[in-house]
Amino acid sequence: MAATIDQIWIFFLHWLVGFLPAAWQHAAAVVLCVAAIIAVFCTLFALAVLMERKGLGRMQNRYGPNRVGIFGILQPVADGIKALIKEDVVPFRADAVVHFLAPVVLVVTVFMGYAVLPMGRHMVLVDMDAGLLFFFAMGAATELSVFMAGWSSRNKYSLLGAMRAIAQMISYEVVLLLASIAVVMIAGTLSLPKIVDAQASYSGIFPHWYVFTPWGLAGFLIFVIASTAETNRSPFDLPEGESEIVAGYFTEYSGFKFALFFLGEYVEMLAVAGLGTTLFLGGWSAPLSVLNVLPSWFWFFLKVMLWICFFIWLRGTLPRLRQDQLMNFAWKFALPFTLLNLVVTALWRILGPGWEQWVFCTAILAAAYVFMSLVGFRANRVGPRRYRYAE
Amino acid sequence: MSIPFFVISALTVAGGLAAMTLKNTVHCALALSVAFAGIALLFLSLDAQFAGFAQILIYIGAVAILVVFAILLTRGSETPTDGVHSGTWLVGLAIAAAVFAVLGWAVLASAPGLHDEAAAPVVTVRDIGNALMGRYVLPLEIVALLLTAATIGAVIVAMHEKARTK
Amino acid sequence: MTPLAGYLLVAALLFAIGLGGALIRRNAILVLIGIELMLNAANLNLIAFWRYGPHPEALTGMMFAIFSIAVAAAEAAVGLGLIISIYRHAQTTDLDRINRMKG
Repeated sequence: MAATIDQIWIFFLHWLVGFLPAAWQHAAAVVLCVAAIIAVFCTLFALAVLMERKGLGRMQNRYGPNRVGIFGILQPVADGIKALIKEDVVPFRADAVVHFLAPVVLVVTVFMGYAVLPMGRHMVLVDMDAGLLFFFAMGAATELSVFMAGWSSRNKYSLLGAMRAIAQMISYEVVLLLASIAVVMIAGTLSLPKIVDAQASYSGIFPHWYVFTPWGLAGFLIFVIASTAETNRSPFDLPEGESEIVAGYFTEYSGFKFALFFLGEYVEMLAVAGLGTTLFLGGWSAPLSVLNVLPSWFWFFLKVMLWICFFIWLRGTLPRLRQDQLMNFAWKFALPFTLLNLVVTALWRILGPGWEQWVFCTAILAAAYVFMSLVGFRANRVGPRRYRYAE
Repeated sequence: MSIPFFVISALTVAGGLAAMTLKNTVHCALALSVAFAGIALLFLSLDAQFAGFAQILIYIGAVAILVVFAILLTRGSETPTDGVHSGTWLVGLAIAAAVFAVLGWAVLASAPGLHDEAAAPVVTVRDIGNALMGRYVLPLEIVALLLTAATIGAVIVAMHEKARTK
Repeated sequence: MTPLAGYLLVAALLFAIGLGGALIRRNAILVLIGIELMLNAANLNLIAFWRYGPHPEALTGMMFAIFSIAVAAAEAAVGLGLIISIYRHAQTTDLDRINRMKG
């Protein structure tokens, strides 16, 4: 019974495609899976937007939206209708073609990332040999759409926001990649379903998730921070901070195109959260082996929504980082730390199972963290402010 | 010689042509990204998955962005006043046409003699990793050194000179 | 026409377009774009031969292409740094004007 519910999508898919002639079944299955992914993640987007507005409201000691449905449940619907019927204003001197294509490119590339995420047991759209590389390639392609949006608007604030956003995304993408490479080293494969399979075993009732190892925990923390920065989320949202630069690179977008950017940002957040759960939190496997009665896809989506709650929590709590602080953090702390994490991962693998690997790896990582924090603290001398002008 | 091949090739060649003929430099850079994407798709159609994704990641994710930044830093997005073609453009066109003629003739003339293996070589990422660490470790280290030298050099060359005290 | 010949012709066409662009356009950055197109055409050639050619060992073509991508990225970085430096000196990137060795 539990196995049936676990594979319910597969059964449903096979039942549906059974109606078609055999030559078309594979293509139809792929099309149906893609449609399902888009439908599910757009629903999750609506849910995430609602959670964000209510959650942020509660954190800021106010109710969120609560007019539209009971507890504001229909607010995303209202937002969607508003976005669709708003006038689409394109600035007169804007580059119309590029201005139109920017949100399209963003949405297309972020949805492509879902093709390799395993959302349940045997539930991955394409099991590519180089799946992780494909995901990062799609992440890299989103930067171009950010530039297109910022440049085509012919607006100084947009361009500035776009440049900041690209610089930030490139820096944190390197950090994200390096944090993932530690997982690849231990799992021995770039294919995401196999990485989840490597974590889906249990010793007793405790799972073998990579987050429960010293290098995995360090990598996970860096991954969380880097993914917040990669998706331009607070506290790294200087490129689009409302009080700083109007709305950054999507200042000049209104109506449906703005809704597409909004959708693209949240979908990218969901995708990166999905990748993080796959790499570190064991993907679709349950936290305790007794909980395997609940379906695998339930655990995957639960973990992804917990990530989103964590992102929302961060947004409501921490102040925004300045651009130079953000870049300093990426290049001077996160990058050396991830490189050290790679070395520690290799050490973990060499030492083999036993107590040595736990003790040495934890000790090295803790010492490195303490050392780098102290160095960082000492560099934060408070003195007279030195201005560096653009020239 | 299937339909996807023709479509992707047309896209790539159109991107390349647009990259070289458009007036606005930023449009050229964006068309170049389209050409890169087309080439990545061609790699994927040739079963070279790693090369295709590396192409997207490196070229579209980094080189195209570099080109765009350079265009913006050198005021390339303003429309040029004198025209976009160099004074000797006819000679350049003739040379390019001649090169294509020679290459095309070489390909078509040697077409009967080309082997055409039907089966793709099965190369997994694990094989690539083993090869990079085994047989090709020296080129890997040299490329690492080259990249380090290139990035440091590019930063130094493009850095502001310290203001001279008068 | 065999598939291999098709890919080689596409690569030759891209190479010729890149070469023509590098020779015709005035802006130094567009010359660099032409060079990148030429490099990509060469990579396409390599991968096409890797796929369709005889392969005693299955990896050489792919390795060559990967290293070529890496080296091309490095060269683009250096080239663009040089162009920025020249712009700072001559206030223009027009190659018809930057044609003297004397600064």
